[in-house]
Amino acid sequence: MSPHSPHGTDSERVAAWTEAELGLDGRVLEVVRAPDPVLATAGERVDPTAEEWVQLAADLVATMRVSPGCVGLAAQQVGVAAQVFCVDVSEHPKARTHHGTFVLCNAEVVEASRNDKAREGCMSVPDFTGDVKRASRLVVTGQLPGTGEQVTFETDAFEARALQHEMDHCQGFLFLDRVAGAHAVHPRQTYL
Amino acid sequence: MTAARLYAVTVLGHDRPGIIAEVTAGLADLGLNIEDTTMTLLRGHFAMMLVCSTEGADGRVAPSEIEHALTPLTAGGELDVSVRPVNDEPTPTTGGSSWVLTVHGGDRPGIVSAIVREVASAGGNITDLTTRLSGELYLLVAELDLPSSADPAAVEASIKAAATDVGVTATLRAVEADDL
Repeated sequence: MSPHSPHGTDSERVAAWTEAELGLDGRVLEVVRAPDPVLATAGERVDPTAEEWVQLAADLVATMRVSPGCVGLAAQQVGVAAQVFCVDVSEHPKARTHHGTFVLCNAEVVEASRNDKAREGCMSVPDFTGDVKRASRLVVTGQLPGTGEQVTFETDAFEARALQHEMDHCQGFLFLDRVAGAHAVHPRQTYL
Repeated sequence: MTAARLYAVTVLGHDRPGIIAEVTAGLADLGLNIEDTTMTLLRGHFAMMLVCSTEGADGRVAPSEIEHALTPLTAGGELDVSVRPVNDEPTPTTGGSSWVLTVHGGDRPGIVSAIVREVASAGGNITDLTTRLSGELYLLVAELDLPSSADPAAVEASIKAAATDVGVTATLRAVEADDL
């Protein structure tokens, strides 16, 4: 594994990643909804090269792809308490920097700054949205499924928000656990 | 000039367009000044609470006059209106810390009671609280102040333990205010 700078020189590697690297077909899984207890369960660290987690990575991408408007999906959302999630904000109008479709295992925040409040929704909490303050500049590190490479990269805006939302899932937290106050949760008016 | 008086007005019942317009027109016609207000829908029912002052009416408005002005709202039998005088309440300063509490999980009776009992026993004061039920999911979000004598970590631990007992999860976070 090559060393990388604190701010992450692995952006190109992550952007070039596609699920085709996994070498197996993803299955569309059922997305679980709160109050399913798995959504409140911290995920175990995984071996990103083990077949079961490579399969889960492919399944998460396949499930995200068939879900309208879905920009990310964590293992907990398909009923597995593990530190694996996928993200793809490339089609979202609020995205600035983005890395296309990618899956991270055992991801952690390295640096976070510039808090910004915005309204979030979640496939596992379909009836509510909530105002959540999150960092809009983010450096994350994690492992790619399949090869297990450790990648560290910087992102911002909507991709930063999506990554923090998915990393929260992997720790057993929903956006509901981060809402700004008693009037920061809203019944959802429109469904994607 | 008579000292200004405060009245609490509550309106509850079947929702329809125009309730707020009618209530506020009735109060404005009496020269009342609306101060703090909260209005929402509770499982589809209209719910309004407000405090208004007679300051703009030289203090010369009796509760019966306000009730009379709002009588048309209650004529259909679908809305209840109440008016009562209230004292000026100074906003207490706790000197403590402000927190946001989120509780969510499967619905069952007793969740709110089990959680807020722990807040109260720590001397915490809940300043705002919303609960929502959607399908199986029960959600409570509260804003609360803890006195400086309270140990936030201990309060959080007792809330989490109470939450576990009723099968839900709880998260307590410090309020972050970004002064600009």
